[in-house]
Amino acid sequence: MSHIQLSAVSKRFDLPTGTVTALDGIDLSVAKGSFTSIVGASGCGKSTLLRIVAGLERQSGGHVHLEGNPIAGPGRDRGMVFQEHRLLPWLTVEQNVAFALTGLHPQEIAERVAHHLDLVGLTGFAQAHPHQLSGGMAQRVAIARALVNQPQVLLLDEPFGALDAMTRIVMQQEILRIWQAERTTMILVTHDIDEAVFLGDKVVVMSARPGTVKTIIPVPLDRPRDRSSPEFIAIRKRIFGEFFAHAEAPFAYAI
Amino acid sequence: MSGEAVLNAPLAVEAGQPASAPRWLRPLARGLLYVAGPLLLLVLWQGLFELRLIRPLLLPPPTKVAQAFWHLAASGELFGHVAISVLRVLEGFVAAAIAGLALGLAIGLSRPVDRATDLLIQLIKPIPPIAWIPLAILWFGIGEVAKVYIIFLGAFFPILVNTIDGIRQTDHRYVELARILEVPRLRFITKVVLPGALPAIMTGLRVGIMVAWMCVVASELIAASSGIGYLIMDARQLSQTDVVLVGMISIGVLGKLLDVALKALETRLITWKAAYKGSGA
Repeated sequence: MSHIQLSAVSKRFDLPTGTVTALDGIDLSVAKGSFTSIVGASGCGKSTLLRIVAGLERQSGGHVHLEGNPIAGPGRDRGMVFQEHRLLPWLTVEQNVAFALTGLHPQEIAERVAHHLDLVGLTGFAQAHPHQLSGGMAQRVAIARALVNQPQVLLLDEPFGALDAMTRIVMQQEILRIWQAERTTMILVTHDIDEAVFLGDKVVVMSARPGTVKTIIPVPLDRPRDRSSPEFIAIRKRIFGEFFAHAEAPFAYAI
Repeated sequence: MSGEAVLNAPLAVEAGQPASAPRWLRPLARGLLYVAGPLLLLVLWQGLFELRLIRPLLLPPPTKVAQAFWHLAASGELFGHVAISVLRVLEGFVAAAIAGLALGLAIGLSRPVDRATDLLIQLIKPIPPIAWIPLAILWFGIGEVAKVYIIFLGAFFPILVNTIDGIRQTDHRYVELARILEVPRLRFITKVVLPGALPAIMTGLRVGIMVAWMCVVASELIAASSGIGYLIMDARQLSQTDVVLVGMISIGVLGKLLDVALKALETRLITWKAAYKGSGA
């Protein structure tokens, strides 16, 4: 049984200039504990799709179900990590992670926060303030904050898009480690094909205007994946081909 | 923080500071730069008097003002006037802060309250507190209440408007975050809205105390038998321009001190914000 089920989901935005169809006829099922990558050019509606699953936006048509129940709004069963860390600057790392923990014994809050800071490798930084952290560290705190509620699903909206290339690769390995440790269902939206193939059990390729699912490409490779292996490159090439259908030999400039 | 200081140091040298200036001299140089403006003005003022370019009756020289200050201070008269004015300011300001913050929170957090009060506030806000003086005297007589009421009115609106603005500027991204995490409303207000609004609230308080300070003098000029405003008005009638200036300078100095106190409070409360302080060492 699929964990998350999207059937014929569409989303229209009514703008003064007319109606824009952001998403059209999206069918997608996500298995429990799986890692799904969604790639697409900017403006293809991939973030909107994630926001619909998060409950931040309501679909204009179609159905979205989580464990058989329609999604009516945001809920603690779904955590989300945004492109910007969105840490509250006036709270410490510890307080940020504990931000949403209510109705628990202080002892349990402390334990859960400590566990999740340990999970993201920031044990020594509990008392630090966000402005003292690097971009990668801040995003780790955001991941800890999203996981501390123990959601069934973690939605990642281009979480490493603002990080430098080196940090991004480290964070991809980190999220993989966390996924393997926690077995949370993860859906990652990205424009980085490499990242999508490195992390996903399958890669959902979206096309733009209106946003539709162009194809879904399974990634049957063992983890950790070698980005330079022929199989990895073959899958990456295939996805690349989906975006640039008429991939001609690149024009060579002679200097 | 310390990293920035290290980065800035060589730049400061390039920007024309003598490279040989010892490190311990720099705070002194900064201090001198800070008081250079007032000192220059005093020198210019005294110079114009010595050159007989200004009539002492219209503008007595700093030396004469200093003498008058000394007399007033030694007799305790100045302190008495200052104390009563400060007390009035604090009474009116504290009342305005409590009312402004409470109403500002209610309006900022509730759209119906905003809608119900907006027009009234917009209509009353432009009326200068001074314009209330005749009514205040009719209502409360020439006692303390009338003056505190004027001060209250002056300080109330800046505090109110800034509190509302601060709440309205709550970052939309944090609102989404709170929705995703299903943070309870009260927690959302205390952990997101209020800290986010704090810089604007502090600005409101600082503007409020400045206006309160203006209002105390204005109300004392018109109907009072004590306070700095009274001191100035009384001296004017006796053509003691030096005493008028003592009163004016006291107002300036005390206003600055009140602002320094509120700024210190702001720095203590808002530790997460790195404000732009202008370029240069």
